[in-house]
Amino acid sequence: MSLIIDAEVIEHEQVGPDFYRLKLLAPEILKNAVPGQFVHVRVSQSLEPLLRRPISIHNVNREKGQLMLLYQVVGRGTAVLTRAKPGQSLNLLGPLGRGFTLPAESQKVVVVAGGIGVAPLIYLLQELALNSISAAVYLGARSKEYLLAVKEISSLGFTPFLATDDGSEGYHGPVTSMLEKDLAKQPVDIVYSCGPFPMLKSLAKILMNYNIPFEVSLEERMGCGVGACLSCACKIKSAGEAGYVYRHVCVDGPVFSGQEVAWDEA
Amino acid sequence: MKPKLAVNIGGINMKNPVTTASGTFGFGPEYASYIDLNRLGAIVVKGTTLKPRQGNPTPRIVETPAGILNAIGLQNPGVDYFIEKALPYLSNFDLPVIVNISGDTVADYAKLAAKLEQVEGVAGLEVNISCPNVKKGGLQFGSDPESAAEVVRAVKGSTNLPTIVKLSPNVTSIVKVAEKSAEAGADALSLINTLLGMAIDVKRCRPVLGNVMGGLSGPAVRPVAVRAVWQVYKEVELPIIGMGGIVTAEDALEFILAGASAVAVGTANFINPRATMEVLDGIEDYLIQYGYNDIKEIVGAAHRR
Ligand SMILES: Cc1cc2nc3c(=O)[nH]c(=O)nc-3n(C[C@H](O)[C@H](O)[C@H](O)COP(=O)(O)OP(=O)(O)OC[C@H]3O[C@@H](n4cnc5c(N)ncnc54)[C@H](O)[C@@H]3O)c2cc1C
Ligand SMILES: Cc1cc2nc3c(=O)[nH]c(=O)nc-3n(C[C@H](O)[C@H](O)[C@H](O)COP(=O)(O)O)c2cc1C
Repeated sequence: MSLIIDAEVIEHEQVGPDFYRLKLLAPEILKNAVPGQFVHVRVSQSLEPLLRRPISIHNVNREKGQLMLLYQVVGRGTAVLTRAKPGQSLNLLGPLGRGFTLPAESQKVVVVAGGIGVAPLIYLLQELALNSISAAVYLGARSKEYLLAVKEISSLGFTPFLATDDGSEGYHGPVTSMLEKDLAKQPVDIVYSCGPFPMLKSLAKILMNYNIPFEVSLEERMGCGVGACLSCACKIKSAGEAGYVYRHVCVDGPVFSGQEVAWDEA
Repeated sequence: MKPKLAVNIGGINMKNPVTTASGTFGFGPEYASYIDLNRLGAIVVKGTTLKPRQGNPTPRIVETPAGILNAIGLQNPGVDYFIEKALPYLSNFDLPVIVNISGDTVADYAKLAAKLEQVEGVAGLEVNISCPNVKKGGLQFGSDPESAAEVVRAVKGSTNLPTIVKLSPNVTSIVKVAEKSAEAGADALSLINTLLGMAIDVKRCRPVLGNVMGGLSGPAVRPVAVRAVWQVYKEVELPIIGMGGIVTAEDALEFILAGASAVAVGTANFINPRATMEVLDGIEDYLIQYGYNDIKEIVGAAHRR
């Protein structure tokens, strides 16, 4: 069950070129949250900007009732959000959406993150660590300074394989090609991913070749966040004439089974 | 003493004047964890059509100054699904269910009306002749007074359900469309639907919405909506449900003073799921504060000044 609450800002810091980490006190939301879910944030008390902004739950501190958001400044709303100060409160709707399905203990797990797509995956890794499930983590970004949450990943006990488009750190090239090379060497049972759509699409191609199940977190311009406005539609494969049906990121996702997504229609 | 809030909208008894704008509140369950649906005067559900509709390509929504443009394209699972799956849920609540209907042809509207007549739990119809986001039907019927009247006659000929006609602001004279709808037998009017608009992504040098154009709603349209209610109230003797940019009780009161007997909260639900409740509480507070015993005392009051 999701709620509307005013959450106190505990900490707010810049952690990269256009990246911020926001720690909020929201025990009520945490109580029902699972990795992959998001909160819909009212960035301003005024009507400018009007809509809320969907941001994934990045990680949680259950004892303290705190949740963290990791976001990139891309436009008006996120720019306004950067001004939130500790002590102030932000109105949140959440937890919203469907999260990741957790793997079984024995499964060989791979996590692939592209850029800011790492945001929801840290909460997933937290949960995996809690259940003593190991995972290979692949982290890709444009260049070195865009590789986020590397420390968090290590401190959870995972060793991230890094890739950058410009070769400034780790593997030189798309994170998906680095993964593809490794897939040939070792079996994988399930892959979890979040990142830019083109990255997810090329990942899908690779994994479907290998017939490996995978879950992806998708984004689409969103209005209400609760399934009422039907804005955040994405294409899911279907037997019908069109080859797809629309499902909604806010309530049917943001996490979808990768095999379900109509990658070629989008 | 608590002021009386009950209103009658063309035969639909509402315990208070606050309802939801079609397409902004789903079929009800979407908001049930945030508010008590029983406190709504009525619910107007997402627009339904005879057959399921997929809707338009994305992006379907874009923010504009104090507003949004949407081009959902009437995505809905079809009237049969609505009757079988959504209506039973709503029958658990003590609230009139108003079904918003859309068609590609006049006959579609008549068929929808006839179907909804047959089932328990529908309090009335809201006939959408004003959707700017679909190719056929929609706005086409709402922009010409004669076509509007034709749709209304067809609906009235197929059902005894109270029929509310939802009008478009994208016309030269909304009063003419209202008058013709009244002559054709409409029991009430909803004003307004969204205003046709568009936005261009200057970085990518192309329209933002997948459908190019969309419907503008939210606070930005309120002055247009209040004006429409004001004009129609003066000329047409039908109860009006006013909507367009209502966020607070004060916004809703503008509509009531301009002549609306009830109000619908739309886009504001997206920002604040409790908006309907806050509007309702605020209207009641206003009546108490200014010493009115009955909401009806202030309907159209701004005309009498
Ligand atoms: C389920 C979900 C989870 C997300 N989690 C994160 C996260 O953890 N960290 C992060 O940095 N970003 C995340 N995003 C993307 C984030 O919501 C957008 O970057 C943000 O809304 C942009 O807002 P803006 O006002 O700065 O940009 P503008 O471009 O000014 O926004 C204009 C409108 O477009 C919408 N919009 C723009 N980009 C997106 C997008 N990618 N997805 C959805 N709506 C968009 C905005 O919400 C707004 O309504 C997530 C998106 C979704 C759908
Ligand atoms: C996302 C969205 C979907 C809508 N869908 C419908 C619809 O199915 N039928 C209809 O008659 N009006 C529809 N409308 C119009 C609203 O019911 C209302 O008339 C309009 O949004 C103005 O009110 P507001 O500014 O309070 O939102 C829709 C509006 C929005 C924003």
